[in-house]
Amino acid sequence: MNQTVETTGKKIFETPLYPYRRSADQEPGARAHHPVVVAGAGPIGLAAAIDLAQMDVPVVVLDDNDKVSWGSRAICFAKRPLEILDRLGCGDPMVDKGVVWNIGKVFFDDRQVYQFDLLPEKGHKRPAFINLQQYYFEQYLVERVRELQAEGKPIELRGGNKVVSVTPKDKGVALSVDTPDGPYTMDSDWLIACDGAGSPIRAMMGLDFVGRVFEDNFLIADVVMDADFPTERWFWFDPPFNRGQSALLHKQPDNVWRIDLQLGWNIDKDEEKKPENVIPRLKAMLGDDVKFELEWVSIYTFQCRRMEKFRHGHVIFAGDAAHQVSPFGARGANSGLQDTDNLCWKLKLVMDGLAPESLLESYDVERIHGADENILNSSRSTDFITPKSDVSRAFRDAALDLSERFEFARPLVNSGRLSVPCVYDGSPLNGPDALEGGPARTRPGATCPDARLGTDFLLDRLGGEFQLLAIDAEVPDSVEDGGIAANAIRVSAADDPSGDLAARYLGDARSAVYLIRPDQHVAARWPSFDEAAVKAAIRQATGRA
Amino acid sequence: MTRLITKPNIAAPDDFYADLLAVHEGLAKAESDALNARLILILANHIGDRETLAEALDAAKPKK
Repeated sequence: MNQTVETTGKKIFETPLYPYRRSADQEPGARAHHPVVVAGAGPIGLAAAIDLAQMDVPVVVLDDNDKVSWGSRAICFAKRPLEILDRLGCGDPMVDKGVVWNIGKVFFDDRQVYQFDLLPEKGHKRPAFINLQQYYFEQYLVERVRELQAEGKPIELRGGNKVVSVTPKDKGVALSVDTPDGPYTMDSDWLIACDGAGSPIRAMMGLDFVGRVFEDNFLIADVVMDADFPTERWFWFDPPFNRGQSALLHKQPDNVWRIDLQLGWNIDKDEEKKPENVIPRLKAMLGDDVKFELEWVSIYTFQCRRMEKFRHGHVIFAGDAAHQVSPFGARGANSGLQDTDNLCWKLKLVMDGLAPESLLESYDVERIHGADENILNSSRSTDFITPKSDVSRAFRDAALDLSERFEFARPLVNSGRLSVPCVYDGSPLNGPDALEGGPARTRPGATCPDARLGTDFLLDRLGGEFQLLAIDAEVPDSVEDGGIAANAIRVSAADDPSGDLAARYLGDARSAVYLIRPDQHVAARWPSFDEAAVKAAIRQATGRA
Repeated sequence: MTRLITKPNIAAPDDFYADLLAVHEGLAKAESDALNARLILILANHIGDRETLAEALDAAKPKK
C-alpha cells in the first residue's frame, strides 16, 4: 500500500514562471506612469491583461508571487469561458489538455439514485465543460502572455511585486509596490484589481464585502491514482463513508482526481488536514485496494458575498475580489472571466476617448446582475447540500429518495447548478429587439450561441470589435458612428444545413441583422438593415445615447 | 385565491382521511415526517402550476 504524501518530480506550480526582475521603474528618481495596471496574476488578472494587450493597450501585471496557483483549486471550466479564451488566443491548449465530461451520477446513502447526461447541444466548437487544474490554466495564460510579448504587444508581468498602498487620484491612482529590492512607486490611469477573495486592495481602500457566511468546512484533496473510475462527476449525499455529509469525485487530467468531502462546522482544521487523518477518509471512500498519492490538500469554508459596487473611480474590481460564491456550480473563475470580457472593450473605448467614462457604469450594472445570479444559484445549491434545519433536511432527503423511482424529483436535486452565462436583460446598453419571431436565446443582452458554418464556427468569426451579423440580409461592409465601426459578417441559413444557425438566430424570421458587441453579446437585432437604427444602437451600446 | 380550489373537491372525504392516517400507521415520528415530505413533493409536482402552488403555500401558513 502506497501511503506516500510527497509526489515525485517537480510540479508546474513549484516552478517560478515569472520570477522577480528589477524593472526600470525602480531606478532612483524614476516615477513611472502606466495606462493600466492589473493587480494579481491569477486567471482573471491574466485574462484582463491579455485582452487589453491584444487591443494594444499597454498593461503591467503585478503579483507578489512568481508561480502559478499552488494546488489545483478551480477545476471546472464552462463553455462560455472557453469561448472567451478562444478570443484571447489560448482556448486550444486548455481544451486539448482538459478532460471533457458529460455524465453525472448522484448517490444517496449506499446507492446510486440516478444519473444524468449533460447532452451537449450540437453545433458548438467548445464542449459544455472541461476539467483542468488551475495551475495548467494559469500556465497556458502565462504562455499566451509570452507569445504576445514576442509579437511586441505591450504587456509586462512582474513577479515578486506586491502592491502595498493604493491612493486614488482624480484621474488615476498612485501605487506603492514592494519588491525584494525594496519599495517603489508608480502612477496608473487605471487599476484593475484581480487580487482574489481576500483582496488586499479592497481592504486598503476600506471597501465593503458583505454577504452570507456558510458554517461548514470542506476537505478538498487532489489525488493521483490509476483507478478505473470513469470520467464522470459523482456526487454523494449522506454516504456510508461520510455520514450525514456530502462528497464529490471528479476527474482532472494526468490521473488527478478531485475529492471534496464535507466535514461540518465544529472541527479542528489543522488536525483534519494532516495526512494521517486525510488518508483513512480517502480509503473509506475509494476502497482499501486503490493506490493513490496526495497532490494537494486544503480545508475551506466559504461565503457568498459581493461588493456593493465593482467600480470605484479609476479602480475596478473583477473576479473573486469583487464577488465570491460557493464552489458548487463552478461559478468562480467562470464568472471572473466574464467580468474582464465585459470590462476590457469598454475600458479601451473610454481610454481612446471614443466613449464617455460613464460607459463603465454598465460594467457595474451588467456584472452585478451576473454576480447576483451566481450568488443566488450557489446559495440554493448550498442550502440543498447542507440543510440548515430538520425540515429542510426532510425535504432534501425526500427529493433524493423519490429521485430514484420518479423522474420528476430529479430537477429538485441540487448538487450545483452548473455555470451558464447570464443574459444582460434590462441593460442600458441594449438596443431594440425588432426581430419579430426571433429566438429568445439571442435577444439583446444574450451571448451569441455558436453554430457551425461549413468547416468553420460562427464564434471564431466574431469578437474583439463591434460587428454586424447579417443572415440572409443585405448590409454594407461597415457602419461607423463616432469613430466606432461595426464590420459586416454575412452568412446564410443555408451555410448550416443542420439548421442550428437558423434555429438560434432566425426563429420564425426569414432574415436578420444583429449588432454584436466586442464581448459577443447581442446589442440589438432587426429583420433587415436600417442605417439610422444601427448607428443609434452603436451609440446606445457605447454609452453615448 | 383564483386558482387554488378551496371548495370541497374530494369524493368520499372520510375514506381519504382514513387512507391518509393509515399510510402513517406504525411509523415513528421521523418516518412520518419523511413520508409527509415525499407526499408534498409528489402532490406539488402533480399540480405543477406555480401560481396554484404559491396560493397553496400561502393558504397553509399559520393564521396571524
